[in-house]
Amino acid sequence: MKKIIRKHPLAIRWLHWINFPIMAMMVWSGLLIYWANGVYKLGWGDQTVLKFFPKNFYEALNVPFRLAEGMSMHFFFMWLFAINGFFYVAYLIVSKEWKYLLPEKRSWKEAWQVLLHDLRLRKTSPPQIKYNAAQRIAYTAVILMGIMMLLTGLAIYKPVQLNWLCKLLGGYAWARAEHFIFTILFCLFFLVHVLQVIFAGWNKFQAIITGFEVVKKNDLEESTPITIAETDKTTTE
Amino acid sequence: MKTTTISNSKFRRKSIVAFLVFLGCFVLAFFSWGKLNSAKPKDGTPAPLRAALETNESIFYGLFGNRLTQTYPASMAAKKVRVNGNIGMNKDFEPENWKLQVIRKPGDTLFISLEEIRSLPKTEIIFDFKCIEGWDQISHWGGVRFSDFIKKYGLDEQAAKQFTGFVTPDGGYYVGIDNKSMMHPQTLLCYELNDKPLPMNQGYPLRLIIPVKYGVKHIKRIGSIYFSNIRPPDYWHERGYDYYCGL
Repeated sequence: MKKIIRKHPLAIRWLHWINFPIMAMMVWSGLLIYWANGVYKLGWGDQTVLKFFPKNFYEALNVPFRLAEGMSMHFFFMWLFAINGFFYVAYLIVSKEWKYLLPEKRSWKEAWQVLLHDLRLRKTSPPQIKYNAAQRIAYTAVILMGIMMLLTGLAIYKPVQLNWLCKLLGGYAWARAEHFIFTILFCLFFLVHVLQVIFAGWNKFQAIITGFEVVKKNDLEESTPITIAETDKTTTE
Repeated sequence: MKTTTISNSKFRRKSIVAFLVFLGCFVLAFFSWGKLNSAKPKDGTPAPLRAALETNESIFYGLFGNRLTQTYPASMAAKKVRVNGNIGMNKDFEPENWKLQVIRKPGDTLFISLEEIRSLPKTEIIFDFKCIEGWDQISHWGGVRFSDFIKKYGLDEQAAKQFTGFVTPDGGYYVGIDNKSMMHPQTLLCYELNDKPLPMNQGYPLRLIIPVKYGVKHIKRIGSIYFSNIRPPDYWHERGYDYYCGL
């Protein structure tokens, strides 16, 4: 016999995994487009710390001279990205799953403790229901990033027809830079997300595919959902 | 979240089914991508992606139409204006012999000199020029509104067609533009940059300025103009870009 906990609803799993290849296509085609005017860099004055992107990076990935291809892909997959994202947010709202996802007041403080724990600087991490405090912040942030990528993208796709949006974001050049920054942030999120999944282990990873997580004996002793529910009560009262 | 207890065999079966569906979907996605990418190209782009570009145009145009482009004070206009292309502008061009050719119908061509065009009411525009590569620059242009030009030369019947085509004198560069955008009040047959005659590399004697489109449509050194109900050939469209390039 196995004790399992139903963790990720079916809709969340589908929407999560549909998003993965779409997002990959959006970032890839975005890179093909960005190359044609790859002007951003980190640095000050004439000093460049990091150029986005170095020539050999482009060449290794065979990026140069594929602007037209990038655009036609980007403006196709953008619909899938927007529609899938819409359903994801709608599902979070309707199913009340957002309660597990949005940061709470205490999440901000607890996220540090989670970070210290993950860096092996602290023995225990704060009790959690589905997601820990750092996950709540990260997963909410990535939804906001998605929304911002969509809005900044629309602003630079139709800067005349959607001039109000373009202006709101600081004009065409700024909106393009913002679109780029949100994409970089998203890629960084992706890296950390994958690393965390690797550290979290198989049981946690397979839950986003099967939906359930196996409850191990010592898990139960340390933090059963029941005890969490109780601590929840005491803190909210 | 609820905990439940299930038998080992049920657990195994559930896991296997979930993983099979998962892998199946990825294989399917992978093959769909391969199929999409290798679909028969239409004008340099796989046909389904080409269809998406055209659908996008009708969706966005239908929703928002031809709006006015934001304009700026002349003080914000760039003094050094970026030059980005010289296709269609070969060196043996003789500006003194240039006349704009307007093909009213096959065999009926109107020849118009630069002086005649300059004598029409002048319109200036200072707007944020946007290149399809991703850069933009506020620049200051002057010329005659295309719609004024059409009226003055009695070309209403021609402009009622769906598209206008432009070709450079050497035939090296050519664009096609929908007439809704051509008749937009900010679309100019342009002969001035920063209050001076167009420099050679900006398309002297006459170029198109059409702020509702990417720079690729702002053809330099116009040789001839014609009108059509089928889409005129377009240089960058043939190389995989969106035909409309609407902003």
